[in-house]
Amino acid sequence: MPIDVLMPALSPTMEQGKLAKWLKKEGDTVKSGDILAEIETDKATMEVEAVDEGVLAKILVAEDTDNVAVNTPIAIIAEEGEDVSAAASAGPSAAKVEPAPAPAQDGAPAQMAAEGMAAEPAGSAPTGGTEPVARPAAPAVMRPEGVYDATQEIPAGTELVTMTVREALRDAMAEEMRRDETVFVMGEEVAEYQGAYKVTQGLLQEFGARRVIDTPITEHGFAGLGVGAAFAGLRPIVEFMTFNFAMQAIDQIINSAAKTLYMSGGQLGAPMVFRGPNGAASRVAAQHSHDYAAWYSNVPGLKVVMPYTAADAKGLLKSAIRDPNPVIFLENEILYGQSFPVPKLDDFTVPIGKAKIHREGTDCTIVSFGIGMTYALKAAHELEGEGISCEVVDLRTIRPMDSETVVASVMKTGRCVCVEEGFPQSGVSAEIATRVQADAFDYLDAPVARVTGKDVPMPYAANLEKLALPSVAEVVEAVKAVCYR
Amino acid sequence: MATAARRTQGASASAKSAAAKSAAGKSPSKGRAAKGAATNAPTLSKEEELHAYREMLLIRRFEEKAGQMYGMGLIGGFCHLYIGQEAVVVGMQMASNDGDQVITGYRDHGHMLVTGMDPKGVLAELTGRRGGYSKGKGGSMHMFSKEKQFFGGHGIVGAQVPLGTGLAFANRYKGDDAVSLVYFGDGAANQGQVYESFNMAALWKLPVVYVIENNRYAMGTSVTRSAAQSDFSKRGISFGIPGEQVDGMDIRAVREAGARAVEHARSGEGPYILEMLTYRYRGHSMSDPAKYRTKDEVSRMREEHDPIEQVRRRLIGEFGVPEDELKGIDGQIRKIVNEAADFATSDPEPDVSELFTDILH
Ligand SMILES: Cc1ncc(C[n+]2csc(CCOP(=O)(O)OP(=O)(O)O)c2C)c(N)n1
Ligand SMILES: [Mg+2]
Repeated sequence: MPIDVLMPALSPTMEQGKLAKWLKKEGDTVKSGDILAEIETDKATMEVEAVDEGVLAKILVAEDTDNVAVNTPIAIIAEEGEDVSAAASAGPSAAKVEPAPAPAQDGAPAQMAAEGMAAEPAGSAPTGGTEPVARPAAPAVMRPEGVYDATQEIPAGTELVTMTVREALRDAMAEEMRRDETVFVMGEEVAEYQGAYKVTQGLLQEFGARRVIDTPITEHGFAGLGVGAAFAGLRPIVEFMTFNFAMQAIDQIINSAAKTLYMSGGQLGAPMVFRGPNGAASRVAAQHSHDYAAWYSNVPGLKVVMPYTAADAKGLLKSAIRDPNPVIFLENEILYGQSFPVPKLDDFTVPIGKAKIHREGTDCTIVSFGIGMTYALKAAHELEGEGISCEVVDLRTIRPMDSETVVASVMKTGRCVCVEEGFPQSGVSAEIATRVQADAFDYLDAPVARVTGKDVPMPYAANLEKLALPSVAEVVEAVKAVCYR
Repeated sequence: MATAARRTQGASASAKSAAAKSAAGKSPSKGRAAKGAATNAPTLSKEEELHAYREMLLIRRFEEKAGQMYGMGLIGGFCHLYIGQEAVVVGMQMASNDGDQVITGYRDHGHMLVTGMDPKGVLAELTGRRGGYSKGKGGSMHMFSKEKQFFGGHGIVGAQVPLGTGLAFANRYKGDDAVSLVYFGDGAANQGQVYESFNMAALWKLPVVYVIENNRYAMGTSVTRSAAQSDFSKRGISFGIPGEQVDGMDIRAVREAGARAVEHARSGEGPYILEMLTYRYRGHSMSDPAKYRTKDEVSRMREEHDPIEQVRRRLIGEFGVPEDELKGIDGQIRKIVNEAADFATSDPEPDVSELFTDILH
């Protein structure tokens, strides 16, 4: 039977790619392991290897074709002894094309963009990143005196450019490295490979191997070395390939970086950033999916930042690099490829410790941060259609936590739902709920609710992974519950 | 053939071979299995060669299938293929006994297959189905079989080294004569916990063989860019742990050195280090374009040192096995792998109630 060669997916999130080049032509004999073609994605060029043996009977997708969907038949191989021309004319056998399972997360990139949360073209009406969304029917919102107003971070009339979170983080590091000679980046694959997730792309080329340093796989060692360098006056940015691997190094982060200022009576501190992707990606299972927001937020002596938008990622990373304290900067692999409007300013910073009202509303406050915002915003959007107006507060910094902004919002709406991907027990949501009940008890019309990751290690199976993560439906349900709807 | 393998491997890391020579006198290694010319190479019987051929081919075909299924979206997350390194686990398995334990990192499919784990259950774990070894909850990197004494399958680089040392500790504590085979990469060899383990293993004379699979790269970082001492067989010197470098592409050399190491550990003399000089043909994982090495380097390894091809040639040339017989074996193996793939795609996903099971006893 002729065999279809399908367009392969080379990463969990790839949906389509370019068929760049055929290395075999029709009529060529192929065996297992032969390179058939090259394909390109936004991140890389890869080779397609043959798995089956036979003769390349027909090429179905010509080289240099863009946007070839994963699993599209791209060629037909006639098996040994088979009639090549018959195989070629048979055409692809539709039955063999198995659909890829649905993306494991509600927050999968394509859907997020489609939902309109992420990719607003620069300069368009109320954007996801800058101004609150005004709802015509909403009553005027009074901002209580003294509460931080994040809309002032970007001066009116500033040009906005669309960029990914990945690019925004890179630009933040590059700008700070130009500005301050003591800033350097260190971690696994940050230099020659350009970053395991391509966040440090181009930094080696601009700053050289003295300041962009590939380390061996020795997290405890290089984290500690970074703390020592910070003691001695440098400003290290220590990249963890993911925060899961920072558990190897957590002793140095907490016992050395976080506590030394206090233990030395203020003489000596660690002005540095520990950064990298945190939390679940896609189907990478229990040891590669942990969300550490709550862990680090438990530790005095650290600052903990977890941005959602590209603008916040950039502005907060610049602030983190300048901060005289150790800052844990929690990124997210799924957000790296998301685009947002970012102000085009020479030196755009966002202060650490200040939340942002991402979307104004009157009926219920949803508090979230990082990728949790994707569930919160989609739920708010959906609820709007059902006549429930949600105010979505993006914490941006977990420690120090801006309870003022949260409390002011809850005083206005009377209801609060917290959303995070982390575990429920002793989570960030638990902290928010404590502060809200302490400071806005008389304003609450319902107990504070939370939507979190389930209380289980992250499973690998697609169906279980989906259940383990929060969902938009759970947020919608929680909001309705606190609104008694 | 063995000579050629030595030359290429030496030449590609010239700093390394020079260092290896100058320090050779200080090395506690009992002998360098693969150093001699082809004539001195250890030999295998026809039956052993056939066994090795079958086992290595099963891994190769299994991995090719896994790669294909990943491309179809049937396998998610990270998937690290073992193609090119087959002789290491097959040779070590031939050198060890039933009841000896095996533990490794995330590049674990080959290790599981040689312990006799069912390809269906392994592949169904890769597709996240209920018939997988971890009921679909662990995936490619996290799989276990208590029955086969396979202790994982670990996603954190280096973590398996203390764990495997603990298996050896239990063997000695219980007074049985099992040996723990602990596999890890050249990259993992730089983790601090490896040396903490070496110290305890040597101090307490634990029955453990550390098999360092030096495939020259840790993701995109070559050994020469990450290791101050890139002769990993010497990494145990300060603890008094003997070590040797082995041509990990030659099943005979692996089997022979493996037997020596396992015997050393089993007889109560303590840990042993085997550095397997090997090579992975594919990228680090499915999403690695592997731009850090030349195509020429890869194709030279494949064409000149392929572990399976070496055995195939000997079977035909030295043992007069007809090519048809080998084709027959290939057919049987393809059948096993295709059946595994059918199972792994038709078996249902885990029941949703499994989300909350197995968290505590
Ligand atoms: C503690 C830790 N750090 C980093 C990683 C990411 N990572 C996974 S595999 C790998 C490279 C390991 O290379 P090596 O030990 O040589 O094994 P190989 O992949 O070559 O088999 C890295 C850096 C990890 N999984 N765990
Ligand atoms: Mg390696």
